[in-house]
Amino acid sequence: MKVILNSRQIEQTLDGLADRIVSETPGELNIATVGIRSRGEILAQRLSSILSQKLGKDVPRGTLDITLYRDDLNSPQSAVQPKVQTTEIGFDIDDKIIVLVDDVLYTGRSTRAAMDALIDLGRPKAIKLAVLVDRAGREFPIQADYAGHKTDIEPGKLVQVSLVESDGKDEVVIE
Amino acid sequence: MRRLIHAPKHKRIYETMALIRKSKQFRWNRKHLLGLRELSAEEITYILDTAKGFEQISTRSVKKAPPLRGKVVVNLFFEDSTRTRNSFALAANRLSADIIEFTRKDSSVSKGETLLDTARNLEAMGIDIVVIRHNAAGAPTFLSRNINASVVNAGDGFCEHPTQGLLDVYTIRKIKGSLQGLKIAIVGDITHSRVARSDMWAMTKLGAEVTFVGPPTLIPAEVGRLPVNVSYSLDEVIEKVDVINMLRIQFERMGGNPFPSIREYAHYFGLTVERMKRAKPDILVMHPGPINRGLEIESEVADGRNSAILQQVTNGLAVRMAVLFLVNQAAAQTS
Repeated sequence: MKVILNSRQIEQTLDGLADRIVSETPGELNIATVGIRSRGEILAQRLSSILSQKLGKDVPRGTLDITLYRDDLNSPQSAVQPKVQTTEIGFDIDDKIIVLVDDVLYTGRSTRAAMDALIDLGRPKAIKLAVLVDRAGREFPIQADYAGHKTDIEPGKLVQVSLVESDGKDEVVIE
Repeated sequence: MRRLIHAPKHKRIYETMALIRKSKQFRWNRKHLLGLRELSAEEITYILDTAKGFEQISTRSVKKAPPLRGKVVVNLFFEDSTRTRNSFALAANRLSADIIEFTRKDSSVSKGETLLDTARNLEAMGIDIVVIRHNAAGAPTFLSRNINASVVNAGDGFCEHPTQGLLDVYTIRKIKGSLQGLKIAIVGDITHSRVARSDMWAMTKLGAEVTFVGPPTLIPAEVGRLPVNVSYSLDEVIEKVDVINMLRIQFERMGGNPFPSIREYAHYFGLTVERMKRAKPDILVMHPGPINRGLEIESEVADGRNSAILQQVTNGLAVRMAVLFLVNQAAAQTS
């Protein structure tokens, strides 16, 4: 087990992501964050409040449940049985810059599912992808617009993101 | 375990919680939904929780999600139905499945084909889920043992109507928060009601206290073996209950004369404006539909502020989406 981000580094990483989002988004456009359940939800919450401070205006945030859009629902070998949860996006996504937030970008399959789920809710001006950890091993042609920590670990390993709100501590480890 | 003992206290708590979560992770393993009697409280709760995630599909701009894409659902209805059949069809459509409608009148059943032959022929066309309604109790179970597709019971004889039971407890849970400790009356023609039976199983498993109310002629003989109270007087229970479910008088199923006149039935067992004055102010009024207005329930009550009758219909769609989704998932993972 190796710690790749501690609590302070997670905070700095999110702040850096927010800075880049602000500098690359024209001021007249409305930004909102949408987190992918479950760790992405918490990260989107944090990112939204940092962005709200930096921009001096409210940055709404929502939560996306991608279970119904997963590509492994009908595959017999899937070990986990994903539980359908609610999507909670209390604002109109039309014409907004939607920053999709996830903890780890790996194969790109969750991102594909999230984009499909999102466009069933409306037509955003653009979808951007922000992730805390960008791990090598893409299976789809998807890249992050805003990546925090980049890592190139072998396929058998697991990147475990723990956050205070769900796990009692802020930490990213490789197991 | 040693690691847990030596870790700092807060860390230990979170690690223990994670272990509990892992060991308790629930898995839905049923590829058929035949009745609620055989389900555990945990399984029922899991369906209700899942249904919550399907509610919003019906309110957004694209009212469709892809999880049953490429699957075929057959509505195999040997009895008349509008609400349940349409609800299942819409649920299947919203999950992107294809749906075949098969009703008694315009099918080979009228030419003498047996249930099993009908089902096997449909299966030969490559169907994945059969939604069946049949006047013989046990028909869905029989079918589930003889074909490979998933079977969902949409009502069998006087036995069960599981998705109605589920949508009823879903509606109650949504409005009241929980069923634990609630007093619920199910009123009317209990003998001919599969809804009463499915309701009873779901409600009692989730912790409610159920009373069947009706004239002795409409209360089944086996009631002593069921986990319910019985009352022959609506006036006796109306003040005590948190939820009242008014069943439809099913004239089409009755032989003989179970009560002297419609007026007399309405007088003793109808939910009238007068009776509602004696009920708890937040009593929840339910009815599985279709309503005989002025018979089991007065129009002012059916359309009144305590009524959840139309919400039941809306919730039924989410519950049926959840059921189709779950049986398909279990089928995929066991194949």
